[in-house]
Amino acid sequence: MALGAIRHHVVVEASADVVWDVVGNPARITEWFPGIVGCEVVGSTRTITTATGLTMPENILINDPVLRRFQYQITLATFAFHRGTLDVLALDDRRCIVVYSTEADPRAMAMMIGAGAAKALDNVKAMCKGATR
Amino acid sequence: MGRKILFVTTDQQRYDTLGCNGGILSRTPTIDALAARGYRYERAVPQSVVCMPSRSTLLTGQYPSTHGVWMNGVPLPADAPSVAVELQRAGYRTALIGKPHFEPFVDPFALFAENSFARAGTFGPHRGFEHFETATHGAIGPLHYAQWLAREHPEAVGMFYRVLDNDLEVNALGGGDTGAPQVHDNPIPREWYHTDWVADRTISWLDSLAADDDWFCWLSFPDPHHPWDPPVSEMHRVNWRDVPLPAGYPESAAEREVLLDRKPRHWRAWYDGTVVSNYEAPLSWVPATMTADQVREVNARNAVEIELIDEALGRVLRAVEQRGWGDDVDVIFTTDHGELQGDFGLLFKGPYHVDGLMRLPLIWAPARNSAPTAASVATPVGLLDVAPTFCTIAGIDVPSWMEGSPLPIDDSDASTRGFGRVLTEWDSELFGVTVSLRTITRDGWVCSTYLPGTMHDGSEGELYNIVDDPLQRVNRWDDPACAAVKSDLIADLWDHQPAPRAPRIIVQAPV
Repeated sequence: MALGAIRHHVVVEASADVVWDVVGNPARITEWFPGIVGCEVVGSTRTITTATGLTMPENILINDPVLRRFQYQITLATFAFHRGTLDVLALDDRRCIVVYSTEADPRAMAMMIGAGAAKALDNVKAMCKGATR
Repeated sequence: MGRKILFVTTDQQRYDTLGCNGGILSRTPTIDALAARGYRYERAVPQSVVCMPSRSTLLTGQYPSTHGVWMNGVPLPADAPSVAVELQRAGYRTALIGKPHFEPFVDPFALFAENSFARAGTFGPHRGFEHFETATHGAIGPLHYAQWLAREHPEAVGMFYRVLDNDLEVNALGGGDTGAPQVHDNPIPREWYHTDWVADRTISWLDSLAADDDWFCWLSFPDPHHPWDPPVSEMHRVNWRDVPLPAGYPESAAEREVLLDRKPRHWRAWYDGTVVSNYEAPLSWVPATMTADQVREVNARNAVEIELIDEALGRVLRAVEQRGWGDDVDVIFTTDHGELQGDFGLLFKGPYHVDGLMRLPLIWAPARNSAPTAASVATPVGLLDVAPTFCTIAGIDVPSWMEGSPLPIDDSDASTRGFGRVLTEWDSELFGVTVSLRTITRDGWVCSTYLPGTMHDGSEGELYNIVDDPLQRVNRWDDPACAAVKSDLIADLWDHQPAPRAPRIIVQAPV
């Protein structure tokens, strides 16, 4: 079956460095991703717990502060494939755009994660608005 | 003390499945009796033919463009208006018991309030309902029925059909005697099945009220929506081998294909299994493979489920009588949308604005103390007219944000108050397939125009004369003899089209 894909983006009134401090730190996901209530990072493995009690192990594939790209893979058996990517792109010194994309098999999982991702970006926007570093 | 309101909905039920509407498979004496003493609407049209948008219309009295739930998986905003809020302000006790589906069921991050109550062991309040007790088509998910079954009868949880497959797609697995999709032999005892549970919980809530309370209760049965897995103990009611094929199902594949090829291309594409534009149609099921016997078996099981609903409603109405409220209760019965159920060789639903999905049962049996004169209303009405009707029954002004009008009580009333035009919308975006259409039902015509998308270039449409062609077999969109009426209908459609909500709410789950 073809992969399911979603992509959301948001423009944030803060520098790319400020936003990267939030989304590039894998342990901070509970601060901005709705419905994630627990998070443990050990090396390149992150394990998150959702508000429904579901535990999901993830491999961190890319955490590049120069490119400002964070990419991870959920390794739960439910997924035949998963890849989530966050890119933070500077628009100027005080604004950036954050893009969150997910590809998944089963394709329906991309839709489900996408709902959280869209709200997560709204939260990042609110958290970082006007912040400086 | 005012009039009480019992609002009864089913899920995905056709007009022609009730005895009072000419149905021959199900025995529906309770609903037929309501129709006999009240108003029976012969052309009630939904504003969307899928659950979430249509249920949001019932709650708000608004078009999908206005309330914003433009397809399944799009949640109704938390601050959306609600007729239940209006009734509560007027002093009504309020409850919704059964299937709500204003917000997605599939909710791994626990984002939606609708799914939170059963998890927390609470019962609302939500959207104006002081009591909010939920159920859906099976025994999984964060809803009260699933939790009750898991707690009280854990051995029954696995008895239902598995709605999603391992790929989280709607299951195409067949069952029963014919292998029809979404058909399953469910050994659950009838009294544990969700239809009876919803009635039981409704009676329990009514029993909690004081005799002089005014109340509004939305009794929302999850059936006869697929899967078709009623209790096996009840299957003796309708022998599928005796079920006649529906008038809308040509048994000849060649004839079906001719009919489908007269319609916009997504019809035939779905039939052939090349495009699925609605998540609730099983991705791996090809309609062209459906046999006549499978159509019979689906219709038989659907009929059994409707009989169980009729009997459950009968129990609720007897409880109402026993409380002494019998003369004071208005009962409105309807559904959210229809089911193709074999028409054109198709099952389930999708962007197909024909009678199977668009002509709905709607009955209003006013309180006996209002001395109504029974009538059949042929004029088209919409589901967005239901919420304003509740306001009228309760004696409160219809809020300005409602876009419908209180239901007419006969065709003369409908004519006087300008009924006759009903609009329906469809928008979907599903894994790279987009379909959008707008439909007007008026003057014996149903006219749909398609917007540009991945399946259509914007020039396509459907035009049916539902008087001369009640099965919508002949698409007259390109018939020069119909050019004037088509032009008039399309102009009328766009003149009355509500502005789309901006910004558009994103899809947040498959369903």
